[in-house]
Amino acid sequence: MGEPGVKEVLSLEDLESAGSVRSGRKHILSILVENKPGVLTRITSLFARRGFNIDTLSVGPTDDDHISRITITLDGANHPIDQVTKQLHKLVNVLKIRDLEPADAVSRELAMFKVTADGNQRAEVMQLCDIFRGKVIDVTKRSLVVEITGTVDKIEAFERNVRPFGLIEMMRTGEIAISRGRGET
Amino acid sequence: MECLKAEGVDVVFGLPGGANIPTYDALYDGGIRHILVRHEAGGGHAAEGYAKATGKVGVAFGTSGPGATNLVTPIMDAMMDSVPVVFITGQVRTDLLGTDGFQEADVIGITMPAVKHSIMIQHPTEIPRAVKEAFHIARTGRPGPVVLDIPTDLSKADIDYVPITDVRLPGYQPTTEGNVKQVRQAAKALAAARRPVIYAGGGVILADAGDELAAFCRADRFPVTTTLNGLGAYPAPDPQWLGMLGMHGTRTANYAMDEADLICCVGARFDDRITGKLSEFAPRAKFIHIDVDPAEISKNVPAHIPIVGDAKGILVKLKAEYDALGADPGRLSGWWQRIEGWQLKHPLGYEESEDTEIKPQRLIEAVYEATGGEAIITTDVGQHQMWAAQYYHYKRPRQWISSGGLGTMGFGLPAAMGAAVGCPEATVVCLTGDGSIQMNAQEFATCAQEAIPVKVIIANNGYLGMVRQWQELFWEKRYSSVDMGRFPDFVKLAEAYGCTGVRLTNKDTLVDDIRAAIATPGPVVVDVRVTREENTYPMIVPGEAARDMVG
Ligand SMILES: Cc1ncc(C[n+]2csc(CCOP(=O)(O)OP(=O)(O)O)c2C)c(N)n1
Repeated sequence: MGEPGVKEVLSLEDLESAGSVRSGRKHILSILVENKPGVLTRITSLFARRGFNIDTLSVGPTDDDHISRITITLDGANHPIDQVTKQLHKLVNVLKIRDLEPADAVSRELAMFKVTADGNQRAEVMQLCDIFRGKVIDVTKRSLVVEITGTVDKIEAFERNVRPFGLIEMMRTGEIAISRGRGET
Repeated sequence: MECLKAEGVDVVFGLPGGANIPTYDALYDGGIRHILVRHEAGGGHAAEGYAKATGKVGVAFGTSGPGATNLVTPIMDAMMDSVPVVFITGQVRTDLLGTDGFQEADVIGITMPAVKHSIMIQHPTEIPRAVKEAFHIARTGRPGPVVLDIPTDLSKADIDYVPITDVRLPGYQPTTEGNVKQVRQAAKALAAARRPVIYAGGGVILADAGDELAAFCRADRFPVTTTLNGLGAYPAPDPQWLGMLGMHGTRTANYAMDEADLICCVGARFDDRITGKLSEFAPRAKFIHIDVDPAEISKNVPAHIPIVGDAKGILVKLKAEYDALGADPGRLSGWWQRIEGWQLKHPLGYEESEDTEIKPQRLIEAVYEATGGEAIITTDVGQHQMWAAQYYHYKRPRQWISSGGLGTMGFGLPAAMGAAVGCPEATVVCLTGDGSIQMNAQEFATCAQEAIPVKVIIANNGYLGMVRQWQELFWEKRYSSVDMGRFPDFVKLAEAYGCTGVRLTNKDTLVDDIRAAIATPGPVVVDVRVTREENTYPMIVPGEAARDMVG
């Protein structure tokens, strides 16, 4: 809406556009942080304050004592990932953030399931455990504890299958991920 | 103390207590001026005022527990307005930590979402490095508050002071140089734009880039507007100056944003008080966004050309690139015709009273006249703040000191105190309301004792005026808890605190009376009864589009 009679000469179309803010896919953020007190609180408090929802979170040491790794998964449909990583970068103790592309990374999660397994159910649960390459790590008269390692999909599939037998308790560690070696896949 | 001196600290604002007695003992003969405030919040805001006026890092001290929690408001305020302040709090002894010891508060936890960074000292030998890094973080990149929490047994320990000359912050490397390609793109876009607007914010002042901004804007006849925090970034009044934008900005500035085809944002953050209804904000515009904080870019409004870095250097480069393009200045004449049309049709204005009553806007104009437009102005929060933004003109950076982001009532007086300590040559005027001033009025005592010659001018309407205005406009005049009557008597209050108190009621002699009050040595409190139910206009109605401003 310029001056009447003046035609629009401005062409800014060649400029790169801002790009979509929500990616719509799941993101795995692999964050290297200084191993100092309160760092995890800073990160979780930032997520809380900015209204970002964490799906899973796991923390562990790296090969360097001074540095820990935090792996966070979140849903790119609900969050502007770009804002999440930029805000994280502002934390002084955050050293490096990688937004791992699922295709370029290998991810694993560990889960333990305590399942009712008395009498003839026991064999069926153990068979299921075999199919999922799980391990039975504890046995009592009425229950089994099964350990499953794998992708989130695999763990969720096992859960669906084992639930009808009577799932007493389940525990999951949250995903960790590592980028694939270059040119080796 | 040696650590603080090494950072160039010459003054500290604070109040002692059990947990920071060791630090105060060192201050006793440490060679740094300490200003004893009457409430830690006063100290915190004073440190902010000092930082905003001088560009140096302000320092505030508080003891553990309540001393530290009293600092929370200034810390958050400094965070919102990117003010470089280092807050040093005492903490209980390390062996008491986590036991709910006397006056223990988890200061690091409480302030976590309100700081740029915070450091809990765990060993006395960490102190020198922590101080060095705290100042470095506070002042570089996008400035902000840093909290240092020091348990009392650790601040007591004698350590050998070895100067620290480096910082080791691998996770903190602010970008300063703007990307050259992006700067070139921006110059091209500006050269192609027919309806450009330069929208500048407090970032320009923080980057000490006022001259560079003016030079860039004058590379062509670019129309300029600033945010509340950006006042003074571009010298006003000026032919290219459109006035402030946003909720109580000028119609011209807001209409120009609305119709712009290109908005070049420098050091501002598209706050909701600027954009009005976001989905209708500047619908025809492309955006260049220059900011030192990458997280600001595309946070609220997607930027077409993002440039991350320090505004000073970028503006110089941008001007050079722009000059090289030889754009035709004539292309902007249609745009200026339109802008001048708005300026003629919608100047800022108010209805002068028919009797002797003093209109608050008139009061601000009188202060402008009486100070020759040269004073450093601090404000509190409310209607008077907006009138101070509208009717005083700021010709240089750091002349305008106000709580923009957090909107903290009680900021004005201590901030004026800090500014006056930092700039002893300047006339410092605090423009305040009868509500806000009472939130830190105890600092009158500090001003009297330390002979800090601030001039406090109260636009006294007997109301929490801005809230009353909202109740009038949006809540059917149901005035709920906003009438403050005629209390207190500010002249007597001032005198009780050892300041000079004056009451002004005569419209006709207002300028001279203010001049006389300002010329009175020492701290002076001027109580001016103004129209009780005056409204601040124009106004973008919350949640509405800027083009639908009212009033
Ligand atoms: C600490 C704090 N409490 C409450 C508010 C909400 N508030 C905003 S403006 C205002 C009224 C301020 O009154 P006064 O200082 O007299 O200024 P006026 O609007 O009358 O000019 C209030 C209560 C605030 N900004 N800060």
